[in-house]
Amino acid sequence: MKIDVLHIAKLASLKITKNEIDKFESQLSSILDYIKKLQEVKTENIQATSKVTDLENITREDETISSFSQTEAISGTKSQHNGLFKTKLILE
Amino acid sequence: MGLNSLTIHEAKEGLKNKKFSALELTKSCLEAIKKNNQLINAFITVSEKEALEQAQKADLLLKDDQDLPLLGIPIALKDLYLTKGIKTTAASKVLADYIPQYDATVVKKLKNAGAVILGKTNCDAWAHGSSGENSDFGPTKNPWNIKYVPGGSSSGSAASIASRMCLAATGTDTGGSIRLPASFCNLVGLKPTYGRVSRYGIIAMASSLDSIGHFTKTVEDSALFLSVTAGKDDYDAVTPTVAVPDYSQNLKNGVKGIKIGIPKEYFIQGLDPRMKKIIENAIEFYRKNGAEIIEVSLPHTEYANACYYIIQPAEVSSNLARYDGIRYGNKREDFGDEAKRRIMLGTFTLSVGYYDAYYKKAMQVRTLIKKDFDEAFQKVDVLMTPVSPTPPWRLGEKVDDPLKMYLSDIFTVTANLTGIPGLSLPIGFIDGLPVGMQILGPQFSEELLFRVAYAYEQQNKFYEKTANL
Repeated sequence: MKIDVLHIAKLASLKITKNEIDKFESQLSSILDYIKKLQEVKTENIQATSKVTDLENITREDETISSFSQTEAISGTKSQHNGLFKTKLILE
Repeated sequence: MGLNSLTIHEAKEGLKNKKFSALELTKSCLEAIKKNNQLINAFITVSEKEALEQAQKADLLLKDDQDLPLLGIPIALKDLYLTKGIKTTAASKVLADYIPQYDATVVKKLKNAGAVILGKTNCDAWAHGSSGENSDFGPTKNPWNIKYVPGGSSSGSAASIASRMCLAATGTDTGGSIRLPASFCNLVGLKPTYGRVSRYGIIAMASSLDSIGHFTKTVEDSALFLSVTAGKDDYDAVTPTVAVPDYSQNLKNGVKGIKIGIPKEYFIQGLDPRMKKIIENAIEFYRKNGAEIIEVSLPHTEYANACYYIIQPAEVSSNLARYDGIRYGNKREDFGDEAKRRIMLGTFTLSVGYYDAYYKKAMQVRTLIKKDFDEAFQKVDVLMTPVSPTPPWRLGEKVDDPLKMYLSDIFTVTANLTGIPGLSLPIGFIDGLPVGMQILGPQFSEELLFRVAYAYEQQNKFYEKTANL
């Protein structure tokens, strides 16, 4: 089973160089061969498990609580302007 | 043997009886770090100034006869735990200079319990690994033999205690990342029940699998540590309101009448025969001491690892999407190979056309695996299994083959898929390298795990052995 590495990398916002394509293709392909094992298991009418607790819809009162100051919130960025995050243009 | 070699309980006793100060205890650990960290590479960040301040504060409280559970005890934190004002890297170049603006809930709890935080330990980047070799800051060495891996992903936390740099350390366990390094470093490693300990402020790997746990030298210390970290947290919606018992209460009650299940699928051909022998000796001890040994079957065991390596990368691809380099951290180009592999694997199995065959299928198999365990726990109180199919391997032996590395997890992933707790206990050595055994129980049965582990621990007292550095 071969993965279209360039397509998947684009979906995942990852940059893969030409040199890396073969390496990842081969590694991912052997991993996929391994996990294909699951096809052996009969799962008709078996529910999917997405969580291991029986907790659902945990809510809290809609009250304002303290959070970061603006200074704290932008303290980690390398690109800011007037206390705002500065990013590349997304829409033209 | 310096103060840094004490257990938490011994240190508490010494501090209470004024045999030494918290400052002396912390300095003893800092000296061990200075002496050996270059070799072992257990710590990424040592917060010496803050640690000394915390130790001095602890001494003031001790003078006042204050009795906090971990007062003055020097510990280390896996570098996935956010620490306010102290660099937190996830052992990745992406967060190489990230300084969090808040503490994880568990960090707050440990600080409130009086613990002294020595620094942040090395691990596989983003917790992706079973050996510590996927760190962007160099691999951690096993203090028992520096040519060998300490196990991962909580490699630095395990190695830091084994080389006597601290008395306890935190970890995370998503597929075995506490239990495996504990077994490779002669330590008690606890993976609590999913949701027993808050994940808030701990860098997420796979949100339905991540378990927040810790390493200690002894079972008694592990029980004390859990009593500090466990409990409902409003900031982590999957922490239930299950009461936190006194985990030390029934520790010494022995194992008479306890039903111990031995799942036959964990004792397969791939298991190292020397490890099998050591585990069989342990099981014999329990039989002799009044436990009932019952063979059980967990028929879907052979599918657990494949199931895990679909669900986990899928959740990883989602959790790592937040690292866009805009609000904090560096660009996604700085992800290492293993992170890229897992993100791509996850993106693929969640994508249109493949979701049903892979991800949905894995979620259904997860149901069957959980059913196996639920049925087994109708017949037995706990299960005993190996942690790893082999003893620790040499550094470099598996790095070039990601799939080979993934196969080290075959016995540990089931606890994460089912949300049950697991404790890894030291049970011996092979050629000078530690061997551990895993005790698994139903959800919220940590008290029972401690009790069962304590019995065999006291028979051998492997925690008295020290690695020669």
